[in-house]
Amino acid sequence: MQDFVQHLINGISLGSIYALIALGYTMVYGILKMINFAHSDVYMVGAFGAFYIARAFGIEANPGVGSLAILLISSMLVCSILGLLIERLAYRPLRNAPKLNILITAIGVSLFLEYGGQALFGANPRVFPEVMKDFVIFSFGNVELKSFDVTVLIVSVLAMLGLQYLIYKTKLGKAMRAVSANASVASLLGVNPDKIIAFTFIVGSALAGVGSVLVGMKYPKIDPLMGMMIGMKAFVAAVLGGIGNVRGAVLGALIMGLSEEMVVAYLSSTYRDALAFGILIAILIFKPAGLLGKYSVEKV
Amino acid sequence: MIRAFKNPLLSLLGVLAVGAIFQFAFDEYIQLMVLFITVNCLMAMSLNLVNGYTGQFSLGHAGFMAIGAYFTAYASTHWNFLPAELQGVSFFIFAIGSGLAAALAGFLVGLPSLRLKGDYLAIVTLGFGEIIRVSLLNMDVLGGPRGFANIPGFSNFYMSYSFAVLWILICFFTIWRVMKSSWGRGFLSVREDEIAAESTGVNTTGMKVRAFVLSSFFAGVAGALFAHFTNFINPSSFTFLQSVNAVIMVVLGGMGSMTGSIIAAIFVTSLPEALRPLQEWTGVDLRMVIYSLSLILVMILRPKGIMGELEITDLWRKYVRRSARS
Repeated sequence: MQDFVQHLINGISLGSIYALIALGYTMVYGILKMINFAHSDVYMVGAFGAFYIARAFGIEANPGVGSLAILLISSMLVCSILGLLIERLAYRPLRNAPKLNILITAIGVSLFLEYGGQALFGANPRVFPEVMKDFVIFSFGNVELKSFDVTVLIVSVLAMLGLQYLIYKTKLGKAMRAVSANASVASLLGVNPDKIIAFTFIVGSALAGVGSVLVGMKYPKIDPLMGMMIGMKAFVAAVLGGIGNVRGAVLGALIMGLSEEMVVAYLSSTYRDALAFGILIAILIFKPAGLLGKYSVEKV
Repeated sequence: MIRAFKNPLLSLLGVLAVGAIFQFAFDEYIQLMVLFITVNCLMAMSLNLVNGYTGQFSLGHAGFMAIGAYFTAYASTHWNFLPAELQGVSFFIFAIGSGLAAALAGFLVGLPSLRLKGDYLAIVTLGFGEIIRVSLLNMDVLGGPRGFANIPGFSNFYMSYSFAVLWILICFFTIWRVMKSSWGRGFLSVREDEIAAESTGVNTTGMKVRAFVLSSFFAGVAGALFAHFTNFINPSSFTFLQSVNAVIMVVLGGMGSMTGSIIAAIFVTSLPEALRPLQEWTGVDLRMVIYSLSLILVMILRPKGIMGELEITDLWRKYVRRSARS
């Protein structure tokens, strides 16, 4: 029982990191109807950006909440600039191209970032600087609640609440929802879809930047291919919750994090990576729109 | 002269003559490269059937290749029903077996997932490819993560080469003939407009499954060739990157052009070797960076790939003969 509670805590902490990345997938899908394969590599670049900034400012020497905030902001900045560049240079020229071409371009961008990263940062894993001290806040028998898990949870919940506010309470969010519903009608009503799409990329990438610092804090080993697997899982989480649906992404990510933790704990860790795809295939076959998604009929 | 290559026997003789040149004029390193090129040609041509002609995006091709490779590896080490002199014949039979095993897997994968479209299909096929790889990792009979060693191969380069060429021509002419049949029209109609095809009575899911099964058959054969040529396989030879490699070849060569796929396979396989001096000079692996950048640029500048839907023979007709007439 105590083990179970511990796995529950770990699973929620993992799930909230997946949620931050899944939100980027789901937002871009909601607005452009494309899977941004490069999103997980934006996250990787964010981790490296935070790594180099921590080194440049000597933040590794004094861990604490202040340095966490600096790293979060700088990583968000790096990621949003990268996201904006990707949108402008690779996706915008293909706005009206067939879906297959956009998909192949997205894979190309993803590979470019991964292997460009290997050429630039080197293929060896780096150790992410210690942002905060990890200590046990609360312990009950075997169950330990660590400060990292709490920080991850707090930061990601804050980020998600911010996103919620942005989408449902601001004018910009209204414009985003309008473009997502119908871009051409929105442009008739005075919304510039290109700007809104660029803004969506910025927001999604910034969330990936938050995720990258949290992951770097919790699992302090970063390398240029780190985005591959976590991106896949975050994507599965987005599909599981119903892609294009912001709340669904969070729900799906929590389910993913929990089930993965349970598989590792009670079955075998070798099946960990197959689990994500198993869930994905089951979802797509039995409930293609995901848990919270809406079905839509294709019109000719 | 170009028309002569539409005859399977003549083209077999022609390509075998090229092999004879490689046998005597080049060293083992280049010969091994040539063998890898043949494997990649098969992969690219078979993926082109799904990706180029049928317009479905599959990212799990390495999984089918893995099934073929493991089948051949197991069969040729455990089953000896023919004398050693007839090794080539038994390898041929095992290659067919690998193809059938991969085709069966393709059927099982394709039937449920081909109802999906575009991005989802890509991600599901990727998932199946990874599941196949993870299952192979967990199978101790097949070596698990240690891999499968001591797979018998051909005694010399020319034998391996002829075997590969035979399969490439079988693949080429099968797909060629299929694309001229009513199935081929069905495949093309699915690519052009799925809803319109459906409403004119084409069984679109059926067409996709047929293309997928045929394609995974030849991917399995490619895996069998790979197993014989390297004599050692392990699950990490068949990752997502191997699938992406096949996609790169199809896209660069032209989606819907078989000769384009062949040219791209030759180019993509030999490019890293040509880049080796540059790589030593800069000290980083630039191969994938260049591939991915060219993938993006090709998609933006020439959305149908370099050759488009034209074959080499069409280019011949378009440029050479026209200029001769005028």
